[in-house]
Amino acid sequence: MSIAEKNFASAETATISTAQLTGRKSTGAVPRGLTFAAVIIILIMLVVILGNIVIHGAGTISWEFLSSPPEHGMVAGGIFPAIFGTTALVILMTIAVIPLGVFTAVYLQEYTDPASRLTRFIRLAINNLAGVPSIVFGLFGLGFFIGFVGGNIDSVILDSTRPVWGKPAIIWASLTLALLTVPVVIVSTEEALKAIPRELKDASLALGATRLQTIFRILLPQALPGIFTGAILAVSRGAGEVAPVMFTGAAYYLPQLPTKFTDQFMELGYHVFVMTTQSPDVDATAPILYGTVLVLLLLTFLLNFVAIVIRSRIRTRRANV
Amino acid sequence: MSDHETANMSEIPSRFTTGSVEPVDKTQPRVTKITVRNLDFFYDKHQALHDVSMDMFPNRVMALIGPSGCGKSTFLRTLNRMNDTIPHTRLTGSVTLDGQDIYSKSKDVSLLRTRVGMVFQRSNPFPKSIFDNVAYGLRVNGIKDMGVITAAVEGTLKQAFLWDEVKDKLQKSAYLLSGGQQQRLCIARALAVRPEVLLMDEPASALDPLSTAKIEELIGELKKMYTIIIVTHNMQQAARISDDTAFFYEGQLIEDGPTKQLFTKPEKKRTEDYITGRFG
Repeated sequence: MSIAEKNFASAETATISTAQLTGRKSTGAVPRGLTFAAVIIILIMLVVILGNIVIHGAGTISWEFLSSPPEHGMVAGGIFPAIFGTTALVILMTIAVIPLGVFTAVYLQEYTDPASRLTRFIRLAINNLAGVPSIVFGLFGLGFFIGFVGGNIDSVILDSTRPVWGKPAIIWASLTLALLTVPVVIVSTEEALKAIPRELKDASLALGATRLQTIFRILLPQALPGIFTGAILAVSRGAGEVAPVMFTGAAYYLPQLPTKFTDQFMELGYHVFVMTTQSPDVDATAPILYGTVLVLLLLTFLLNFVAIVIRSRIRTRRANV
Repeated sequence: MSDHETANMSEIPSRFTTGSVEPVDKTQPRVTKITVRNLDFFYDKHQALHDVSMDMFPNRVMALIGPSGCGKSTFLRTLNRMNDTIPHTRLTGSVTLDGQDIYSKSKDVSLLRTRVGMVFQRSNPFPKSIFDNVAYGLRVNGIKDMGVITAAVEGTLKQAFLWDEVKDKLQKSAYLLSGGQQQRLCIARALAVRPEVLLMDEPASALDPLSTAKIEELIGELKKMYTIIIVTHNMQQAARISDDTAFFYEGQLIEDGPTKQLFTKPEKKRTEDYITGRFG
């Protein structure tokens, strides 16, 4: 082979590889296009859903609507009892779920060996809990909280034949929701605890602090933003749930506000469900339905917003001590 | 020696609050502060320390030297039971502080750690104010009197040569301090609970030469009041600041003795090879 031939051969190879490279470059546009299309579809869906709700619901919302109870079989009046009930429900749920979730996370992170069989079993159970359909939680709440716990309080402690605790009530609905949302609080708190440098824990122990003091004075304050993230996720999840509360405490129609733990209450999600399926006059209910859905969304955003503001306050305060 | 013990045990609540630790009378016969006998230490199945026996004396600086992984940090952490926090670890042999077995079942680990303080390799102030960092040890030990706490914070910050740099910003975050200042803050924090022994795990390894010099000067001052045991990678540092030196190699204590002697006339060949830089 002469030098000229060699040159020719290598030039040809070069041409081919350039063509191949060009070909590969053009195929890169396909995955990019597909993934972008997926994003666009989601954005369009979101805009359609929110736009639809805002356009149809915004006209209904007035001070009157927000501050008065439903009237005339829900074809008129407002939704104040449902707003109040949902807010109370979510607050009670948060009060129950935070200690439960945080203490579970502390136990898993600080008191057990993460590799042990027990810990792995507990983790598996928590993951499964997160995957249980919410209607199952509703039935569990009915059977366990109302039937077993409430029923026994009535018969054993109060010795009452008339059900006081053994009937649907806001406390049982809150606790059922707390069980539903506890996995997210556990996971967020665990992540926050894991992120704390070991040196801080060592420093505290080396100064003669007990493990419990270290948990309360160093670990939990450090994990607070993570705990709030868990609370935010729990509120987002819990505020819109209907299935767990429909058997355990939410009322079909109840203009009085709950004043005791044992009272029933109206809930926005359940109210939407009731109006959609049980309304005597579909056309008259529609604007109220849209308005209620919009309020439910805004309330969830508001509760989230409050938690986010508190979290960022904690972070800022920590940054400048 | 038993008098010393009783005195220490009965003084515990008040030793946070009053007076200073008295320098030991040099004319008295030499007593050991910490005695280690036949210490074996295991991380699960891996044995990290083999049959270590050693004496540490009050008001002296003991340097622990040796190549990485030789067990010197593990050894240091057995002296205040910090290895207890690591799962699957096991220890045999005995460690006594003023003649009392620190690993006996009845021993309060928290109390032990107030008597045997520790400064870590990486400065690790709490995400709190400078004041609250120093006050932490007092507060977890039940001191609530703000007068006592304030006095102790000022006293120990002065002891750690940090007071003049921070006195106007005690309520500011400890994270605003430089690396060297943070490490001196950690020393002040450890001193606030009035320990008798101070363990230091390469306290200057992450610091610049100037900060290192300050820490070394500080160690020279602190030894008047405390027993100091320091792990260091830096042979010159060991020679400069310590009275005694112990050389560890592969989990064994090869040789220990007065620093001057160990650096000039080592008894073992391995020690000589290490300090002359032939390995490690």
